[in-house]
Amino acid sequence: MTQATRGEICAVACADAFRGDGETLASCFGTAPAIGARLAKATFEPELLMTDGVCTVVDMPAPVSGPAPEAVVEAWLPFRTVFDHVWNGHRHVIMAASQIDRYGNQNFACIGEHAKPKAQLLGMRGAPGNTISHTTSYWVASQTAKVFVPEVDVVSGVGYDRAAKLGPATSRHHEIRLVISNLAVYDFETPDHRMRLRSVHPGVTVDEVVANTGFELVIEGNVPETRGPTAAELALIREKIDPKGVLAREVPNPE
Amino acid sequence: MDKRTTERDAVAELRDGMTIGIGGWGSRRKPMSIVREILRSPVKDLTVVTYGGPDVGLLCNAGKIKRLVYGFVSLDSIPLEPHFRKARQAGSIQAAELDEGMLQWGLLAASHRLPFLPTRAGLGSDVLAINPDIKLVKSPYADGEELVAMPALELDVAFIHMNRGDVRGNGQYLGPDPYFDDMFCRAAKRRFMSVEKIVGTADMANEGPLQTRVINRTMVDGVIEAPGGAHFTECPPDYDRDEAFQKEYAATAKDEDAWQAFKKKYLDLESEAEYQKAVGKR
Repeated sequence: MTQATRGEICAVACADAFRGDGETLASCFGTAPAIGARLAKATFEPELLMTDGVCTVVDMPAPVSGPAPEAVVEAWLPFRTVFDHVWNGHRHVIMAASQIDRYGNQNFACIGEHAKPKAQLLGMRGAPGNTISHTTSYWVASQTAKVFVPEVDVVSGVGYDRAAKLGPATSRHHEIRLVISNLAVYDFETPDHRMRLRSVHPGVTVDEVVANTGFELVIEGNVPETRGPTAAELALIREKIDPKGVLAREVPNPE
Repeated sequence: MDKRTTERDAVAELRDGMTIGIGGWGSRRKPMSIVREILRSPVKDLTVVTYGGPDVGLLCNAGKIKRLVYGFVSLDSIPLEPHFRKARQAGSIQAAELDEGMLQWGLLAASHRLPFLPTRAGLGSDVLAINPDIKLVKSPYADGEELVAMPALELDVAFIHMNRGDVRGNGQYLGPDPYFDDMFCRAAKRRFMSVEKIVGTADMANEGPLQTRVINRTMVDGVIEAPGGAHFTECPPDYDRDEAFQKEYAATAKDEDAWQAFKKKYLDLESEAEYQKAVGKR
């Protein structure tokens, strides 16, 4: 088996984001998170709930590429019930971020001024309700200082500084667990919940991370390396979850 | 009571500046034959409330929308709606952008005839900065928590598309998701339901379980038989999304000449029947 690709490192980091979640609905946006959740469910988090991407909870969601075996439907989850589920908790979503700041405020709504944006993106979608209601992580497929910014143009997902201002009653369900990018993994395990560099992916230097971050990261001592997949995990990714290797389109392997 | 009517008569009820709700979700089970009729009508300055798809793109392109109340606008298999993006980036519509769940809450408040419903969704985000008319409310109980008071989204007219219905206004969806169509109807003063097929009331029992019959006749003022009426959005099990057509729609939006050609071929037509004929010829 050849060495893990950068994309596979990212997918495993996404899987690790779900560690300890148990019977939780795992929702994903992006290829690496989708692989990560499937990997976590197939290995160390078998109790995770996942949807078919439409409106049912299924025992094992379709692989991200290749033939899909028939899935067993566990439950019906139409959109109206998704909101009930979100506000009830029991969900961990990995969302994308077009911009994110040091407290985990996220924007995927639009770039520029909201009244007349330079680029209209997805819109608020469910980000405000998700972030205030249950655990959220973020996936950034291409980290630059234009994505990791001092201040996001529009706050769709709520970060720690804004959540703290809402008081403990409102912020008690708020948790931004991890930010996973193509370069590194970040958390908010600092006294004031500023973003901390948790690990750098193999082959990435701390300097490279800093150069691609538009704010001051918390960096403590020697930053560990992001773990790679085990042989069993690598086999699962390559043979079962993404046999066609579409992950490389989202995360090209560095030269 | 026989409530059968036509797209033309339903849309003739619209007045400039009205607030309309459109059912479905993204590029799924949208009342597109009614949207196409709105494109043909002179009505303008509409406030549109919806989980947006190509309905929003088409109405933006035709300059029908003054204010849009939405959580997102997407074509699903194509994440970003090109005509909606153009309108936003030109600053030509007022964008009352909400969290998706807040939109549901506003519809539910209106359908329960309440002034608002409380929620945490929106707190801490810029939804409240974008929508300064949305206020907070303090829990009157011991917790004293401050919550968003999501105002009722009251509609003048709602348009939905169902798989089956009878002439009296009972409606049935046969796909996987009811979306929020019942709430759109209950939130509106006038309600129009297009259906793939009008069937006898008793015959609806032949096609889906009881739980698929989410629209009862108190919720509908007019029933329009519109086979293919959701095209090019999906309407399972009757038909899937016309992905090739949607691709053409999105691709032509990038080039003014290509768009004008698309518009001439499919939209600048006299009637829905002409549209269905043009689509059938492809």
